[in-house]
Amino acid sequence: MSKNSGKIAIIDYGAGNLGSVINALNRLGYRPAVTDSIAEILNSDAVFLPGVGAAGDTMKRLDATGISRTIRELVRLHRPLFAICLGLQLLLSNTEEDDGQACLNIISGSVKRLPPGLKIPHMGWNQVRQLVAHPVFSGIPDSTDFYFVHSYYAEPLDKSVIAAETGYGINFCSMIIRNNLVATQFHPEKSGEPGLLMYNNFLKMALH
Amino acid sequence: MLTKRIIPCLDVTNGRVVKGTSFTDLKDAGDPVEQASFYYREGADELVFLDIGATPEGRDTMAHIVEQVARKVFVPLCVGGGLRSIEDMRRILKAGADKISINTAAVNSPALITQGAEIFGGQCIVLAVDARRHNENDIIHWEVCTHGGRKATGIDALEWIHRAVDLGAGEILLTSWDADGHRAGYDNELNRMVSEMVNVPVIASGGAGTLEHLYEALVTGKADAVLAASIFHYREYSIKEVKDYLTSRGIPVRIQAGQV
Repeated sequence: MSKNSGKIAIIDYGAGNLGSVINALNRLGYRPAVTDSIAEILNSDAVFLPGVGAAGDTMKRLDATGISRTIRELVRLHRPLFAICLGLQLLLSNTEEDDGQACLNIISGSVKRLPPGLKIPHMGWNQVRQLVAHPVFSGIPDSTDFYFVHSYYAEPLDKSVIAAETGYGINFCSMIIRNNLVATQFHPEKSGEPGLLMYNNFLKMALH
Repeated sequence: MLTKRIIPCLDVTNGRVVKGTSFTDLKDAGDPVEQASFYYREGADELVFLDIGATPEGRDTMAHIVEQVARKVFVPLCVGGGLRSIEDMRRILKAGADKISINTAAVNSPALITQGAEIFGGQCIVLAVDARRHNENDIIHWEVCTHGGRKATGIDALEWIHRAVDLGAGEILLTSWDADGHRAGYDNELNRMVSEMVNVPVIASGGAGTLEHLYEALVTGKADAVLAASIFHYREYSIKEVKDYLTSRGIPVRIQAGQV
């Protein structure tokens, strides 16, 4: 059976650069649809929520287009959803970025600014310490380096959803997994072969 | 722990990688897409492309190169050289770059830094500075050079960098005009002063000739990343040799994993 047997959507909310996620999935042999159509998103077998940009603007766009509700619906239905960077942060209840902007409230908790003392943004390759066993980590050794670029971090109230943590002044949540929801603070599409492997693991889980 | 980044730089003109000494006397060093793929496989943490021709035709060529590289290389790509406007930046980012570096255009129009940071995010906007060392009555200072190092501006480099970070620059690509191409070590006095002054990452550039030089830029120069060109292009050192050496000296670096 070809890898194209399942439908993959990358949510296009009119901001950010989606090209690198598309390139990564293409390289793995998948042909994702880049879409802002709610029907197409709901009809997909796996959905990616990329995130580049400011929290306030992005939430406004997601609310205005109705995609906020669609994302909550995907999670309620336990559909495979992969959220990246700002995409992870938007899952929380609110964020210190943009004056306490309300977010999707899918994962209870807040997004906070990284503490002062170290350079901000946290930019570069850092170790992702796996706290749970999960198929998305298949073939990826514990403490593998992934590429980060962010100034805020998520602090979920329910610690059991924290799938990995990373140290930068503090130990912060670098990955959330709950049912079929997988979210990374780092950018797998910019993290070399381990990043591609993580996407491949997720899509195998979602489509097969 | 955040690792130190090892960044090969590809100077590009007319679609080819070139290498010279103090911005002149250029030699051909290969095809940019092939070179980029090679460095990716070797474990480079990021790649920088600089269009040193910086002509309008060069920008078209560069966008095309970036598009091809982004399909094969899954680490951050930074592109600079001849980018003068928000539209130039948008085009290169759309082609697949993650960051754009600006030098002459930022000096001519500092508002471009702020506009770029507001539209694309500060982490996208790398301020490239070519700093030329002066020693007047034992007082050392650095002057900003533009136009690929050919034009002295009279602007103090440290003041300029401080201002550019306030304007929104997310990273500094700091090249020593004096050390570049001479393979005798980075200007670590410059690197350290800038790295201690700003709260954004600093990439040290210009002067790498040995593994020890890279180590010194990270430790003495306190840089967050080191950029080098000729030691990689002529295959004197592989990225792996650099990382093995730095690891042996206690510097945290990313160790490349196998292919998917």
